[in-house]
Amino acid sequence: MSHDHDHDHDHSHVPPDPALRVQALESLLTRKGLVDPGALEAIIETYSNDVGPRNGARVVARSWVDPGYRQWLLDDATAAIAHLGYQGRQGEHMVAVENTDRVHNLVVCTLCSCYPWTVLGIPPTWYKSEAYRARAVREPRAVLREFGLDLDDSVDIRLWDSTAEIRYLVIPQRPAGTDDWSEEALADLVTRDAMVGAGRALTPDTAGGDA
Amino acid sequence: MNGAHDLGGMHGFGAVPDVHDTHAHPDWYNRAMAMTVVMAAWGRWNIDASRRAREDMHPARYLGYGYYERWIDALERLMVEAGLVTEAELRTGEPAGEPLTPPVDAAGARTMLRRGGPTERDIDTQPRFRVGDQVVTTNEHPRGHTRLPRYARGREGIILRHHGGHVLPDTNAHFQGENPDHLYTVQFRARDLWGSEATDGDTVMLDLWETYLHAQ
Repeated sequence: MSHDHDHDHDHSHVPPDPALRVQALESLLTRKGLVDPGALEAIIETYSNDVGPRNGARVVARSWVDPGYRQWLLDDATAAIAHLGYQGRQGEHMVAVENTDRVHNLVVCTLCSCYPWTVLGIPPTWYKSEAYRARAVREPRAVLREFGLDLDDSVDIRLWDSTAEIRYLVIPQRPAGTDDWSEEALADLVTRDAMVGAGRALTPDTAGGDA
Repeated sequence: MNGAHDLGGMHGFGAVPDVHDTHAHPDWYNRAMAMTVVMAAWGRWNIDASRRAREDMHPARYLGYGYYERWIDALERLMVEAGLVTEAELRTGEPAGEPLTPPVDAAGARTMLRRGGPTERDIDTQPRFRVGDQVVTTNEHPRGHTRLPRYARGREGIILRHHGGHVLPDTNAHFQGENPDHLYTVQFRARDLWGSEATDGDTVMLDLWETYLHAQ
């Protein structure tokens, strides 16, 4: 290593398989009393069961049926989202941005993988990939086509590179033909990808099942 | 630092993988994430130091590692720096000395997640810029941690939003203080960043601290 990497540590112990490395580290940390195994399970359980894209979907569905809530969400997303019970780690400072016929929003973090955990959970692999981080900011239209979204040049893309602690939630457009749908049924149309801007909300046709 | 983590605009990575998110995730991803989150309860580092530790590695190692390998590597480094574990313990896997008492249990971990770590701070200076102001980003290449990506250095943009005072990662990452600074969303024309291949009308937004900005 070069001399300016003075924080680098010894890697002679590192097992070639990261799964083994993680297992060895967990064993060391729990036996040393640095980590309570129950605390680890609580965190894994929280993001497996309680915190995920259903949270964001409920926020979006509310914004579709309640214009007052939508305005609040656009003005002060942190408070409006907390009002529905979603707050905490990686959602401390939220901003909501809305897609329209003329504007499409897409979120990336080019420097790491900043993502609104409170409303979307842990980011998917593609969001964390080098390809997405490198390309979304430079060629968002090509990237969106890989997700199956072909935007006309008349639609402006607003690309949010969320490298500070502000976290972004995209409000997708409400699909046509859902005027009489309940908030709960609408929430089922709101996908994680739509709330990152990598897709649209499902339509009554694509959602499958009944509403 | 101009590290391999600063990926915006790079070529050569190919298509975005697993866009339909159909691959199963191994359990160790969750365990690496959970260990990283829960070890922060010791209060020996902050989120900026955590990011710095994931980024400040040889570029070949950064790109050769998978995402959560970087997390685990950074966690080991932070723990060694903080004196919570030794290199010998990591090498042998055997704890030395008397067992410690973890700072949080299951309930404490849930509380940590619910509270999060807000970075907004009171600040006693007036913001230098207003919404609509034209600004230019600095063209500096600090050796330490920063959140101004290379692709946006020395570029003209417009202030879109002011977020108040926020902890400055550049110093916080190196335990040199929070130094709250005004944070703004700055809007750049995609063509100013990426040239003629970008679509006219497309824009890129970055959240940037005042110290990264000059008046136009």
